[in-house]
Amino acid sequence: MNNALDMLLVILVLTDLVLLGSSRLRNAIRIAALQGLMLGLLPLLAHGHGLVWSAVLLGAGSALLKGFVFPALLNRALRETNARREIEPLVGYVPSLLIGMGVLALSFGFGARLPLPWPAPSQWLVPAGLFTVWTGLFLIVARRKAITQVLGYVVLENGIFALGMVLVEAMPLLVELGVLLDVFVAVFVMGIIVFHINREFDHIDADQLRALKEPAP
Amino acid sequence: MNAASILHPVLAVALAPLLPGAINRTKAFFAGRRGPPLLQAYFDLWKLFRKGATYSRTTTWIFRAGPIVNFACLLAALALVPLGRVPAPLAFAGDFILLAYLLGLGRFFTVVAALDTGSSFEGMGASREVQFATFAEPALLVGLAALARQAQDLSLSATYAGLSAAVWSHALPLLALVAVGFFVLFLAENCRIPVDDPNTHLELTMIHEVMVLDHGGVDFGFVQWAASLKLWVLGALVVGLFPPGPLGCPLADLAAGVGGLLVLAIATGAVESSLARIRLLRVPQLLVGAGVLCALGLLLTFR
Repeated sequence: MNNALDMLLVILVLTDLVLLGSSRLRNAIRIAALQGLMLGLLPLLAHGHGLVWSAVLLGAGSALLKGFVFPALLNRALRETNARREIEPLVGYVPSLLIGMGVLALSFGFGARLPLPWPAPSQWLVPAGLFTVWTGLFLIVARRKAITQVLGYVVLENGIFALGMVLVEAMPLLVELGVLLDVFVAVFVMGIIVFHINREFDHIDADQLRALKEPAP
Repeated sequence: MNAASILHPVLAVALAPLLPGAINRTKAFFAGRRGPPLLQAYFDLWKLFRKGATYSRTTTWIFRAGPIVNFACLLAALALVPLGRVPAPLAFAGDFILLAYLLGLGRFFTVVAALDTGSSFEGMGASREVQFATFAEPALLVGLAALARQAQDLSLSATYAGLSAAVWSHALPLLALVAVGFFVLFLAENCRIPVDDPNTHLELTMIHEVMVLDHGGVDFGFVQWAASLKLWVLGALVVGLFPPGPLGCPLADLAAGVGGLLVLAIATGAVESSLARIRLLRVPQLLVGAGVLCALGLLLTFR
């Protein structure tokens, strides 16, 4: 029984739920950073037999990037845009939590049925990963502020990273590091874009971007 | 069942008014005041029971029945609730559902008694009480279901009797989630601070106090007594999650349970002193959060 791993996965699900229910952007960024740090521990715990260099490297790289670099980038963008909180999300916070509860139940159902090439290190790994992926997607779809959407993207990647732990024995280190690099570049670019959107339009409500289309002839 | 489980409801009825006293003393301590005496709730009950009751001509029998039915429901609930390792005098499969419905029936009569006065003021409190109950009751049932599934037994006494340090070590996430969820419910159902302030008499924010404004004398005494019994019943659900090691003697178990409730009361006082009440609009979010914690606990039992 891998107790520490189970605890970590439960906390991962809890951070997802907090992200679904929190309106303060600074707080949400902090929670996502915490999630990133915890995911850094995941390869070490998921890897059954002792410390392996690739797992340590992957965990350390991921924790460094998601726990420190991304929050710093996002906090900078937040400072420049003067956005404090998500004012009117497309889906309210209580409905978000209730929908999240339903999806969590579905993820547990899927997780129990999904055939895996070899047994997962913990029976909660797949449900927690699926739920994190879903949380990321939901944040992208149901929130207005561009920063929350970037955050959703990071959370989505966290979920994929957690799911990848099932394949931790098979996935080459190079692939994982490549993915991390891609995500880093993406968040970096999105941070700059958020800044530019804000300078151009004085807000970062992504659903108003349709105003960009040309006037009808 | 043993002597201790017969003794528990009797002791609960006698000692329940101590809990609000302990909470108030803790709050006074944190505020640097001396505070009311520990037995203040008993003095209040004594004062109220010597008074007569006044009834408005617009009220019907419902208004008079409200406090008594509520008190009776809580007495019945006491017979179903185990305290730590002390089993309840009545235990059967599915008794936790009866417990939830007894609490619900008591609440229903408090609410209709408030509506019976015809005061729009009390209607407002009743509406709030019912709205929050909609969120709190599923959370309680789901949490109890999680515990029952974990123990593979449908009766409350067996569920709580099965808890021990060994169970905590292998089902730590589940029990921790349910414990946090139940503590939030305990605060919300008893109108403690993050949800409702029992000291305030500001109409904009009151929930429970506003519903019982028109009760006086003996009736109000029963309302107060029932409120402290509710603290005891829901507190027992929280305290039971943290069992001490086996003590051997049932009476020692009972004493440990009562001690646990006093610790819970002090913790409540500490929470009340350090938190501000949240906005009414945010209360559903808090209660849904508690429900989500309990539901996650339930999901974790499906291995």
